Amino acid sequence: MKRSSWKEYQKEIADDRYYYARSCIRQNFFPGSEAAFLDIMRNDLGKDVLDDPLHTSCTGIGYHSDIVPLETIMTVVARQFALMTAAGYENFTSSCITSFGIYTEILETWHEFPETEARTRENLFKATGREFRIPRNIAHTSDVIFHNREQIAARMVHPLMNVETGAPLKGVEHIGCHYAKIFPKSGIGGSEFPYVLAGMIEAWGGEVVDYPERRHCCGFGFRNYLVQANRGYSVANSQKKFASMAPYRPDFIVCNCPGCAMFLDKWQYTIAEMEGVTYGPNGRGIPVITYEEMAGLVLGYDPWQLGMQMHQVDVEPLLDKMGVKYDPDAKYLGNNGKLIGKPEQAVVNCCSQERTYEVRQ
Amino acid sequence: MEDVRLQEGLSACMNCGVCTGVCPAAEFYNYDPRQIVTIVQSRDDEAIERLLKSDTIWYCGECMSCRPRCPRGNTPGYVIQALRTLSQKLGFFVESEKGRQQLALKRTIGESILATGYCVHPKLVKPEMHPEQGPVWSWIYDHDTDLFPKFSPNYMKEGAGAVRRISDDSLQELKRIFEVSGGMEFFDNIERHSERKAREMGYESADQSYLNDVYTTNSGDHH
Ligand code: SF4
Ligand code: SF4
Repeated sequence: MKRSSWKEYQKEIADDRYYYARSCIRQNFFPGSEAAFLDIMRNDLGKDVLDDPLHTSCTGIGYHSDIVPLETIMTVVARQFALMTAAGYENFTSSCITSFGIYTEILETWHEFPETEARTRENLFKATGREFRIPRNIAHTSDVIFHNREQIAARMVHPLMNVETGAPLKGVEHIGCHYAKIFPKSGIGGSEFPYVLAGMIEAWGGEVVDYPERRHCCGFGFRNYLVQANRGYSVANSQKKFASMAPYRPDFIVCNCPGCAMFLDKWQYTIAEMEGVTYGPNGRGIPVITYEEMAGLVLGYDPWQLGMQMHQVDVEPLLDKMGVKYDPDAKYLGNNGKLIGKPEQAVVNCCSQERTYEVRQ
Repeated sequence: MEDVRLQEGLSACMNCGVCTGVCPAAEFYNYDPRQIVTIVQSRDDEAIERLLKSDTIWYCGECMSCRPRCPRGNTPGYVIQALRTLSQKLGFFVESEKGRQQLALKRTIGESILATGYCVHPKLVKPEMHPEQGPVWSWIYDHDTDLFPKFSPNYMKEGAGAVRRISDDSLQELKRIFEVSGGMEFFDNIERHSERKAREMGYESADQSYLNDVYTTNSGDHH
């Protein structure tokens, strides 16, 4: 791989004053990551980010399940832009890759087919009385963290290195199909040389694993996961990636898209339960993290404050390698220290003895 | 078909098969995006109608992996989106097992959007319907009101924060958008054709038992 190829796909990322659009999936499965993004941006980096309660889902999962028509999602997106406009912001940052792909696709469609923008404006006005300006800048929240990666490195508490050996930790990065496959120019590094997460890993002391199925889909496939009868598609695609990355012995997987993070975590559980196969060392799974969690750990945040107890594959092996201190007894406490029991044990975290994936030396 | 995704997604396919080579659906199903593009390009109405009534158009995962790789700048994934829209408008989707699943998507994701303002909501991911989510998710599901407030000041309450309750005014605007832009009509149309098909298949209506069957049936003939 030409290591500098990503530089051909640079894009402008606003430096401050962002309108923040939350992600359905990230809020559901990684609410601590969204909290961490706001904390890092506001408290560590001193930026202005508006967390506006008025916005809704972009309806993107409905659109890509083909139950929400294009005209409808365009109007929903227009409403988000109208809220941004009304709040006095011009830079839009989205916490979801599906949404990000939709925002870029819709802006491009409006540009190519101006009559679709005109119709959307009419629909929005008729439905809500609102009007909007096109954002000056659109970025995924990972672009924003990427943009600030050196400032984060300057405040680094725990680099992505093995505290015992000093060796860089090996990270598999998964940028998610809709980050750059829809419009390669909209993603850092494009779709072939993705650099948004790789840039963070390298800036924070780690090493990026380049493996054959790096660009393969995680397997979400919208209707292929959302309808129970189709889920074989989803797990089979994740499995293909795990089998391809395992020989490189990654210490962690970091994801751009909240959906991918969830699938690569949960399908490791499913495969371990069904087949006894795990892909990490010592018969365990490979920890899967979000880039907000990665940034948070690097900055010295507590992993349970980041919400890493909500992952199915235990993250402790990664925390131990990084030398992150944590209280094991606090992991499963509820709000205000309330005792709320613990999840049941799973094969992916402890007990795969037989058919651990053959990890080549 | 005047879908902009067709104009954007298809011009002069040269049948090279690159899209099929990178397609995750082609690897898993008996599916070939190149063939879809060829049929649509042929403008053969009968062949297109057969496609709209078949399982074939429902295999694609809309990952768009085909988009950056096509040497002609085509996007078979967009062509699929346009075909799926048409299949539903014409009521052809109920003629295939995979197409009938649109009712399940409308009743879960679609109704969640209108009721909560979210495509997905913690209470929608029921552990019994999602065994793959594992024991940690079951624990989260059972203790959501003790857990989410650790990360959100307004879990299921109005205000800013993760999984906040979206205000009635915002939900009302969303509903109006669906009414004005054709989203509601699209939902109703899915219901109408599913109702017709359910009766034709011997169900009393497109009721819970039809829905369960649609959600879980897999003939195993798709590979
Ligand atoms: S990659 Fe493009 S040109 Fe080649 S078969 Fe697919 S759609 Fe046609
Ligand atoms: S969008 Fe559909 S046709 Fe294109 S690569 Fe993905 S699954 Fe295949």
